[in-house]
Amino acid sequence: MPATRIRVPATAKRGEIIEIRTMIVHPMENGFRFESQGQLVPVNIIDRIEIRFNGAMIYRAELGTGIAPNPYLSFFTRVTESGRFTFLWHDDTGEVTEASAEIEVS
Amino acid sequence: MTTESLRITRRGIIGAALLATIAPRRLSATEAEMRAAIRERIGEAKPQLGRVRLDLPPLAESGNSVPVGVSVESRMDAQDHVRRIMIFSERNPRPHIITVWPGPDSGRAEFTTRMRLSGTQSVLAIAELSDGSFWLDQVNIMVTIGACDSLMFRY
Repeated sequence: MPATRIRVPATAKRGEIIEIRTMIVHPMENGFRFESQGQLVPVNIIDRIEIRFNGAMIYRAELGTGIAPNPYLSFFTRVTESGRFTFLWHDDTGEVTEASAEIEVS
Repeated sequence: MTTESLRITRRGIIGAALLATIAPRRLSATEAEMRAAIRERIGEAKPQLGRVRLDLPPLAESGNSVPVGVSVESRMDAQDHVRRIMIFSERNPRPHIITVWPGPDSGRAEFTTRMRLSGTQSVLAIAELSDGSFWLDQVNIMVTIGACDSLMFRY
């Protein structure tokens, strides 16, 4: 399972707009690279990222081969209640990596 | 009169030389591919310049990982928000870089990521707003060593 890094503030005020930063360790193989035996390395990229809050989808992204290895994404969201963010990274092999973070809203 | 109009002027030569350098690039396959990739996602809509800001450094030494950010002017409420933001590259082998759907509860229509660039080129950001309008920003970036140039050496 690839390593992930997410940064979500631990606490926030109701209605505050917070910044969330995410990263996953992934080679983002673009399908143009040859390995040392001369074989073409097949495309394998993170093609979709989904972010859910308490189960409901709040943000999603579709990535192409033009995104650098170890894809990083930072974005903003408004929080109105305490809960759990779930992050899902889908890659071309069908592997789904999940991570989550809690936030307390006062 | 006729000799006058047929005379080869310096201006004429410079003009022809300029055309020769510009014309083949206009027709380049990858730019057409970028247009096709854009059409695939936004249809026949004509994006207007403005409201979107694409943050990209003017120069990148390596095209392997270039920080890029897009922000869109919007109130970000239920009536007026950004539906999606897209980034396209003019000369990367695959022009579509990323699309994000921020949703009305995002608060700020802004995101950052890191992209690959195959070489010196222009990059486009297009945003679709909740009223159905499309907005665009374009940035030219110089890339010293493109992401594709170093492919052979990266086993």
